[in-house]
Amino acid sequence: MNLRKYLKVYKKFLHTSLASELEYKTNILVDLITAILSLIGSIFLLSIFFQNNGYIGGWKFEQALIIQGIYTILNGITNTWFNPNLTEIVKHIREGTLDFVLLKPIDSQFFISLKKINPSGFLEIMLGIFLLFFCIRINQINLNLSFLILSLITISCSIFILYSLWFFISTTTIWFVKTWNAIEVLRSFLYIGRFPLNSFSFSLRIFFSIFIPIAFITTIPSEVFLGISQFWKILLEVIVATVFLITSRKFWLFALKSYSSASS
Amino acid sequence: MMEYRVEIALWAISGIIPFFMLNIWTNNNLNESINLSDVLISRYFLSAFFVRQFSVVWVVFSFEEDSLMGKVSPYLIQPLNPFFRYFAQHLAEQITRFPFALIIAFFFFIFNPESIWIPNLGILLLSIVSTFLSFLIQFLIQSIVACLCFWTEKASSIERLLFIPTLFLSGLLAPVASFPAYVKSWIYLTPFPYLIDFPANLLSGNDTNISGGLSMQILWIFLLLPLFKKIWSDGTKKYTAMGS
Repeated sequence: MNLRKYLKVYKKFLHTSLASELEYKTNILVDLITAILSLIGSIFLLSIFFQNNGYIGGWKFEQALIIQGIYTILNGITNTWFNPNLTEIVKHIREGTLDFVLLKPIDSQFFISLKKINPSGFLEIMLGIFLLFFCIRINQINLNLSFLILSLITISCSIFILYSLWFFISTTTIWFVKTWNAIEVLRSFLYIGRFPLNSFSFSLRIFFSIFIPIAFITTIPSEVFLGISQFWKILLEVIVATVFLITSRKFWLFALKSYSSASS
Repeated sequence: MMEYRVEIALWAISGIIPFFMLNIWTNNNLNESINLSDVLISRYFLSAFFVRQFSVVWVVFSFEEDSLMGKVSPYLIQPLNPFFRYFAQHLAEQITRFPFALIIAFFFFIFNPESIWIPNLGILLLSIVSTFLSFLIQFLIQSIVACLCFWTEKASSIERLLFIPTLFLSGLLAPVASFPAYVKSWIYLTPFPYLIDFPANLLSGNDTNISGGLSMQILWIFLLLPLFKKIWSDGTKKYTAMGS
């Protein structure tokens, strides 16, 4: 791995895909309004839940807003990188253009995961960061170095888990060809990341921490924000993220062995 | 359609968000504040799942793809409006989805045996009619958005924008009865509560104004149909085939 080469290639990716996406300027505006409305909608839903209750799953409204903030950032990252790239795998395999990707003198996973970028997701990420800053104020969280480091670690782990989940499902395209609907299933499961894990019943909680670790994605970073997270939870998230990254990589290499181009 | 059984099964699973919401509602006893018992609210969300399964529309995505690929031109020569083609596709897929939805309902009843109910025949027929009307409303709205493809290439982003109020206001995530008063005052004038909330309340046997709901659904269809016809005729006049 030559890091410099990859950085250079990534700069080119950024340049070309930004140039092509900026051709659709009204589209970006519409996407921005969508992101804002979607955040307003989730806060509206949350306020319905809290209108007669002070606590939900042990979280106050102000604290639950942190989860919304982190969810919005992660959703923005999904829309910027994961969604445009990984849905492209389906196209590559259906049309047989994956061959060209594999022939390139560069890592195929790198190429497939980072080729495209959707700039409207940036606005969503910023929206989430604003919400987080607002939450830091209303929850009177004092910023210090260990807090910053821990929250950065947990949020990056969430990003890795999320990426691995997306990449995992997209990789199965090599066998099943059509995976649009599997992606829809993942999306609907990810939806519960908007709410604190404790607000669900025990069986769902188990399901969403063991089978699909959505629980880790938003709840643990939010607990770090509030300073109520135990150390073992953070450690567990790091381990889960590492395991997921390595498995998804192995799975991709394994899947490529079964890949036999289109119409062969 | 039967060739895509796994696809459709997955598509049915992807509609289970109402069950997650139900879990939040009952697990935190939120339903007490709107005077709905656990049984009634679980029936409501199961009905919402059914109504959503049989009223989901994706015509804008099909039309956008066809128009970008240049497939619309041959359709336009045919004597039938191409939207009938999409309409038939939707109906066919709804029928294929029916067994999968029943299986999911079966599992739901295994976990919640107390919420089993059998609506009487009249109510069942009325709720099928109102689900179909809800499907028609959504199909018309999306077809209008799809016609925007004649002016802009990416109409699907407008659809994603419209989906947000549909998601939050239609009653898929929370029954409209639980909405704060400042929203309830105007929401019944919009089409949203008639998409999920009204048919689901009807099917689950909760109190609703049956004649009022049905007439509002029909009213919206009569408002949207001429709009669609207008935008379709304007759009086809504007249309130039790809590469011309």
